[in-house]
Amino acid sequence: MSQDHDHRDEHAPIRDGGHASPLARRARALEALLTEKGVLSTADIRSAIDTLVSRTPADGAKLVARAWVDPAFKVRLLADPKAAAAELGLDLTSYARLVVVENTDKVHHVVVCTLCSCYPRMLLGPPPAWYKSLDYRARTVADPRGVIREFGLELPPKVEVRVLDSTADMRYLVLPRRPLGTEHLSEADLGSLVTRDSMIGVSDPKPERTHV
Amino acid sequence: MTRVHDRGGWPGAGAIDRQEHQLADWELLADALVQSLASPHRRVIRIDELRRAIESLPAAEYESLSYYERWIAAVERLMIEKKIVTREEIDAKAATLGEECRA
Repeated sequence: MSQDHDHRDEHAPIRDGGHASPLARRARALEALLTEKGVLSTADIRSAIDTLVSRTPADGAKLVARAWVDPAFKVRLLADPKAAAAELGLDLTSYARLVVVENTDKVHHVVVCTLCSCYPRMLLGPPPAWYKSLDYRARTVADPRGVIREFGLELPPKVEVRVLDSTADMRYLVLPRRPLGTEHLSEADLGSLVTRDSMIGVSDPKPERTHV
Repeated sequence: MTRVHDRGGWPGAGAIDRQEHQLADWELLADALVQSLASPHRRVIRIDELRRAIESLPAAEYESLSYYERWIAAVERLMIEKKIVTREEIDAKAATLGEECRA
């Protein structure tokens, strides 16, 4: 077995922000028992971790950049996201339903999951900690403009804000507005401007590449 | 009745901690256990069941546990409910792992 992931090392310290968690040990106990009993295999677990860590916002950004440069693709992306993703080689068939919503000068969308943490991880990778936090989940539906402001984006009052509450069966991807002054950029360069947060809707992409 | 997991508009929420968090090994493991158990070729659990188990945690426990700790508590509950493992087996195995960790 390869040692790509050191979670297999039982001697590795178990920490969460520096504190050992009794639940972490119970997760390892569950892993051991479930594999001993043949309910799961170590290959299952390794493969699940591989999938988790290999998904990144780059896949979502590819879709956004293509939609920015190709209006016909954008129409297809909004109409049938999974079929459009398949055009770019992304197979999303085994995932929950996906809806893509477009931000414009008039409407700004922001995504939350008030009940748990539903998130388009098939396109953005694992959700950031703040997305799963109780504060984000509580406040986004009550004061979306305030939350978005906290992330650094002041939306003009005339812009309508729509909050999308994800469910286990439906995930949302925000198609952010293309930044002004990017007409000269290639699709690949545009893709590098598309941030994870802009596809959740808490910020807008900037005209220059920034490191999130 | 609003239950503890139903956070939309929940009073008392404060500033959002936007610090990025690298998942610890045990958090990756917790996620992987869930995805593996729920995968189409295993179907030992469904994600709806996981949610039900998380949402059934006592309120104080829900509030005090971190995100993936809730997942682990929920998976444990589901595995016991389905009679795949017993709590005693988990306790015993966890104690063994604890000794290995101290070694």
